[in-house]
Amino acid sequence: MIRDTTIGAKLWITAVWAITIFFVLNVLAIIATVIVSSLGTRWLGTWLPNAFTLNWYASAWQEFQLGPVLFVTFQIAFTVVALSGLLGVTAAYAMARRDFPGKKLVMFLFLLPLLVPPITFGIPLATVLYQFNVGGTFWGVVLANLVPTVPFVILVMIPFIEQIDPKVEAAARVFGAGTFKLFVHVLMPMLIPGILASLLLVLVRTVAMFELTFLTAGPTSQTLVVSLYYAVFASGVRAVQSIDAMAVIYMVSTLVWLLVALRFVNPTQIVARGNQSSNAH
Amino acid sequence: MTSSTPQDTTSLRQKLALRGIDGVTLLVLPSVLFVLAIFIYPFIYGLLLSFAPIREGGMFANYITFFSDPYLYNTIAATLRLAVPVTLLSVFVAVPVAMRVRLVRRQRLLTTLLVLPITLGTVLVAQGMLNYLGPQGWFSRSLMLLHIISSPLKLTNNYWGVFLSLIITVFPFTFLLTLSYVTGIDPGLEKAAATHGASAWQRFRHVMLPLLVPGLAIAFCLTFVQAFAVFPSAVLLGAPSGPTRVISIAAAQAAFEQYDFTMASAIAMIMGVVQLCIVLIVLVVRNLFYRGATSGGKG
Repeated sequence: MIRDTTIGAKLWITAVWAITIFFVLNVLAIIATVIVSSLGTRWLGTWLPNAFTLNWYASAWQEFQLGPVLFVTFQIAFTVVALSGLLGVTAAYAMARRDFPGKKLVMFLFLLPLLVPPITFGIPLATVLYQFNVGGTFWGVVLANLVPTVPFVILVMIPFIEQIDPKVEAAARVFGAGTFKLFVHVLMPMLIPGILASLLLVLVRTVAMFELTFLTAGPTSQTLVVSLYYAVFASGVRAVQSIDAMAVIYMVSTLVWLLVALRFVNPTQIVARGNQSSNAH
Repeated sequence: MTSSTPQDTTSLRQKLALRGIDGVTLLVLPSVLFVLAIFIYPFIYGLLLSFAPIREGGMFANYITFFSDPYLYNTIAATLRLAVPVTLLSVFVAVPVAMRVRLVRRQRLLTTLLVLPITLGTVLVAQGMLNYLGPQGWFSRSLMLLHIISSPLKLTNNYWGVFLSLIITVFPFTFLLTLSYVTGIDPGLEKAAATHGASAWQRFRHVMLPLLVPGLAIAFCLTFVQAFAVFPSAVLLGAPSGPTRVISIAAAQAAFEQYDFTMASAIAMIMGVVQLCIVLIVLVVRNLFYRGATSGGKG
């Protein structure tokens, strides 16, 4: 490592760290305010609430009908996970193992939904879904959420599959394994860490995906983020603490999966999709 | 492609397999069909729909309405006023921070903390910031305690609320992306420059920066596209009928308040075109710079 010992360099390093720490502190404080507020009785004009209580969770659960909402959220999320896993892993296998004409074009096709922000393609997508009477239903939300998650799984899985030696597959073929047997008994066990990581990230993304669900959900297919949005939007109708309690429940339902996912992937990989994974070990 | 004489007897199946098309290749089809049906088709449908207005005035009526109504066309400027400064600030701060963090051995804690706002999403950050930045929130309180300000700052329900919430959600994204590019550069290159007596600034300016430019251009584009699509925080933390009436609000209103999906599609198309323009400008500028390997070669 190169060491800079001039005063200017030291000042610069301190400034860079100060900005980083300031930023992280603010992020933590924003999260902490939500948690503290959801646990406080009355919080007006002081550093901390007067007293602490758990009552807001019970009232939020009742007021916002969180039971059914959570059930729908995870029903949608797990359906999206299963379908994007099925579509994504098979496509990634073909992309990793075969060189076919038009492969670059197909790759570009898979990159597009990740580059265009959800709100831009969400509006025409919602229009089409409503045209086919799927808009506002469970399957409408699932279809919309699959648009970014299928390419995401493909891009994460391609490098995972590429690093498996094709000779292993060839050996299995020599011993008479068919494509299905090869998948189940040879490839799957080796791919499990990659599949698990990408699907957990899909789960996190789907639970946290606001725009697409907002545009395509009906009253019975709302996920937790969308309900939270409507609650914050109509704040004043309900107590702030109650909304904060709901926000904490949302936070827990996303972060649990993130924590599990982080056991398998590096945080930089969540942002720098698949193609960067050669850098992030 | 003409196959030579000995292979003329091979079947079509073998010919296709030679070009990389067999049963395995077909596995890619379901996903391709899915993306075509649920992503490409709606886009084309939306494009055509935007030229079929439900009001009178010919096929361009929606676009004419958009560009003649200041309440609508001003949303482009309002969105750019948010997205451009946020993107520039994020990229310019991300570079020095990433250059520093790459030297730290245990980055995991920091990167995990930074991934939190991305995962939690804009709605939760907006709700947290309403409390945190509010007149009685911890932010103003701390500044008053330190005697930096005498009365609470007004940071919610205006431009600054949206600006700050965008920074909170977008900066970690830019930073992690930049970090992955910075760590991809061979540290040997910088060491070589240091051995030859280059100062820290010279090493950055003449060695690291030229190698980083392509990555930074991508980071800039992705950050900008995200910031330009700002929606929930502009409604919750901003003044959605005033200075933070961004273009996505106009599109959502056309769709779900006026039920005019042709107009909503037109606005979505305009949004896409603006994003594309900025991305193209950035990519053209990037091509003016050095492009080459980021790893040190032998020789």
